[in-house]
Amino acid sequence: MTAPDNLEKVLSRGHFAVTAECGPPRGADPESIRRKGGYLKGSVDAVNVTDNQTAVVRMSSMAACLILKEAGLEPILQMTVRDRNRIALQSDILGAAALGIRNILCLSGDHQSFGDHPGAKNVHDIDSVQLVDTVRTMRDEGRFLGGDEIKGRPELFIGCVENPFADPFEIRALRLAKKIKAGARFVQTQCIFNVEKFARWMAMVRDLGLHEKAFVLAGITPMKSPGMARYMKNSVPGMDVPDHLVERMASVPKERHREEGIAICLETIEEVKAIEGVAGIHIMAIEWEEIVPDIVRGAGLKTRPQEP
Amino acid sequence: MIVADRKPFDEIIGMVAPCERILLIGCNECATVCAVGGAKEGALLASQIRMRRHTEGRPIEVDEKTLERQCDPEYVNALAGTMDGYDAILSIACGCGIQLIAETYPGKRVLPGVNTRFMGITEEHGIWAERCQGCGNCVLDRTCGICPITRCAKSILNGPCGGSQDGKCELRNDTPCAWQLIIDRLGALGELDRYGEIEKPRDWSSSRDGGPRRRVREDMRI
Ligand code: SF4
Ligand code: SF4
Repeated sequence: MTAPDNLEKVLSRGHFAVTAECGPPRGADPESIRRKGGYLKGSVDAVNVTDNQTAVVRMSSMAACLILKEAGLEPILQMTVRDRNRIALQSDILGAAALGIRNILCLSGDHQSFGDHPGAKNVHDIDSVQLVDTVRTMRDEGRFLGGDEIKGRPELFIGCVENPFADPFEIRALRLAKKIKAGARFVQTQCIFNVEKFARWMAMVRDLGLHEKAFVLAGITPMKSPGMARYMKNSVPGMDVPDHLVERMASVPKERHREEGIAICLETIEEVKAIEGVAGIHIMAIEWEEIVPDIVRGAGLKTRPQEP
Repeated sequence: MIVADRKPFDEIIGMVAPCERILLIGCNECATVCAVGGAKEGALLASQIRMRRHTEGRPIEVDEKTLERQCDPEYVNALAGTMDGYDAILSIACGCGIQLIAETYPGKRVLPGVNTRFMGITEEHGIWAERCQGCGNCVLDRTCGICPITRCAKSILNGPCGGSQDGKCELRNDTPCAWQLIIDRLGALGELDRYGEIEKPRDWSSSRDGGPRRRVREDMRI
């Protein structure tokens, strides 16, 4: 299961894929990333490593990807356009490929005003669609954005993100179409709590035939507490947590909050699995990576396909 | 127009602390329209400075002038005969005006009385909003007259990002999402299919990334 292009194989052979997210530490200690990787090993097909998530400085995604790879996991390098211009991005793309990191997820990144350096200067030289296009150009055409030829093309499986819950809703599937046209082959969605809205978005995705051109992995986040549910509902841009879920989390005694969060999460997985065009799930257990194996087992997905 | 804010009064008082005699220069253009650097504001600031220094027991002499345009040598040069005897020039024009004074009078200490903010419009009386970053290669033809370089917090050309909600930018809920505006307008024009076109990475060398910019019109030179 640790073959370098495992995720692509699992998806293209029609298996239901499981990926999970892993946040690198806010320090130089490699142990914490190894520990988190240890929880995930054997339960998922590939692991996303976030890139200074919420604009808070963390160990670089590339370094953490390599640590995970050495520990026998398949990493997905997240890359945001917030902190690097096209020179740095292309250089990192080559570096990732050279290190044998085969999956790359292109995104714009949260604005720095939400992070720990709100006074930072951001970059946004190119946007996330253009980053997807850049990776594809480097891989398929063997040239840099500037036009020069690349000696040794980067072999990468290109992913993107989409948020079915952001506005304007009517262009959310069109926006994915744009990313797919640019070269994305898998997409991981924002955390799904409002399954009904997600299903409506998937219908638009199917209408455009996008589920046949790229693999859609449904984003799943287990909630730890009613406080977390409320926080995500009110303070995280682009997150849609329906009131009934917040109430449901609050309705159980404190010692059962986590249990309830996992129950909701497993129900969500069941529901999204039944939606046509969903090729897998992407579990984002924020600072709760140890729960991932339980979720995967609970969802009946523990036996991961062994791809030669 | 160029929009500026007056600097906090205590910062101004700190800057003029070593001075006994200063010249306060305003500008009749943008700085006047955005109510920060015209004759009226100059007079007010001058008397505030005098009063504060008076109560501190260190009186200061403040003379005032308001130029037609402080970004134009024609008007700035005309000050030549009147610049002597001042410990500093306090300018309440935009950063361009302040710099032209400094360039023209190298021996003078020039102090900024305002923080120059952005190029914008008057949304309504008392509210100004940014509209253009002078990127030098306008995309408004492709974005329905709404500038994503300036009005999207991430300058996304293929927006919106995943944080756009209820028409507002993820940054603040008092700021419209530029891409919501663009999509609405595309919809109203019946051109939503244009949204599918991928906008390629842009050439920022026409912007400030290309270094300080200069425009030369040979036909206008004398
Ligand atoms: S595209 Fe450039 S020139 Fe046009 S309005 Fe925006 S910043 Fe100004
Ligand atoms: S919410 Fe809209 S304006 Fe704000 S950064 Fe995202 S796309 Fe740009």
